[in-house]
Amino acid sequence: MVRAGAVGTHLPTSSLDIFGDLRKMNKRQLYYQVLNFAMIVSSALMIWKGLIVLTGSESPIVVVLSGSMEPAFHRGDLLFLTNFREDPIRAGEIVVFKVEGRDIPIVHRVIKVHEKDNGDIKFLTKGDNNEVDDRGLYKEGQNWLEKKDVVGRARGFLPYVGMVTIIMNDYPKFKYALVAVMGAYVLLKRES
Amino acid sequence: MNTLLSRANSLFAFTLSVMAALTLGCILTTAFKDRSAPVRLHVSRILLKKVEDFTGPRKKSDLGFITFHISADLEKTFDWNVKQLFLYLSAEYSTKSNAVNQVVLWDKILLRGENPKLNLKDVKSKYFFFDDGHGLKGNRNVTLTLSWQVIPIAGILPLVTGSGRVSVPFPDSYEIATTF
Repeated sequence: MVRAGAVGTHLPTSSLDIFGDLRKMNKRQLYYQVLNFAMIVSSALMIWKGLIVLTGSESPIVVVLSGSMEPAFHRGDLLFLTNFREDPIRAGEIVVFKVEGRDIPIVHRVIKVHEKDNGDIKFLTKGDNNEVDDRGLYKEGQNWLEKKDVVGRARGFLPYVGMVTIIMNDYPKFKYALVAVMGAYVLLKRES
Repeated sequence: MNTLLSRANSLFAFTLSVMAALTLGCILTTAFKDRSAPVRLHVSRILLKKVEDFTGPRKKSDLGFITFHISADLEKTFDWNVKQLFLYLSAEYSTKSNAVNQVVLWDKILLRGENPKLNLKDVKSKYFFFDDGHGLKGNRNVTLTLSWQVIPIAGILPLVTGSGRVSVPFPDSYEIATTF
């Protein structure tokens, strides 16, 4: 490992002198920092894409955005999904589905299933905290969901962890600030 | 270097790791537990009608009315990583047109701290028992089961079916009366 910067004497730097480390770096160290940053970004992407392959779901981790499944799931809770093709959809399961004309997927429970001999399936959903089933949420005239509408089935649950996402969605400025600070930290802080 | 920022950073990181480890321990200690429990179901009343359902213009379907008793002791299902049980009574059957039909008739949210011993008499179904056509008339293979989903504080979301099941023999003729 090249540690060119470590040779010099320690100049008294204040804690907020964020460019201090950067000034001490040579070219090689700088490339290393940038590559390191690229590594972090690409590993995160790889993990996400890998999870998509392993779980069969186009979005293996989702954040609960509404209170329609309370008291089981609250806003900001995290759900882990799988969507294996051979897994049948059955009543009582919690599915995440997309409805035409709505961008945000919905997390609700299956309350009715009709499956034909050839495997064609239609089902109806309802939120635990809602009084009525979801027919009012579906596209106009649509009475049933089908397998193609399903993004995933809920398999695991972690409370509160998705709160960061919710805050970032509600306050976009916070999101940019966070990304900027983290990016700056990784790029400017010298690897020891 | 012992700057304020680095101290705060390492404190935060340490807190996060400790919490992650504790949560993982919580998940692992309860993930492989058997959450089943014996259930006793009894059907006290069966009624069959043919009425317009909500799915299409003037489309009539079979509508069943079932009244039932439920008794179950779910005390053992609760432990330190159970926030809630979502109980649901479902009817499962097959018809000529559909190989598998499942209709949830009734459900109940049982929170931690509530009485886990159920003893309910003459419960009416909460949701309409509409068939997808006319498959309920004379159908002898309708089975009721009580199942539950364990909602943990953190962890997996298993679906468990109670051991007791009861079959519902539907009559061969429709009830004419229009009262529900």
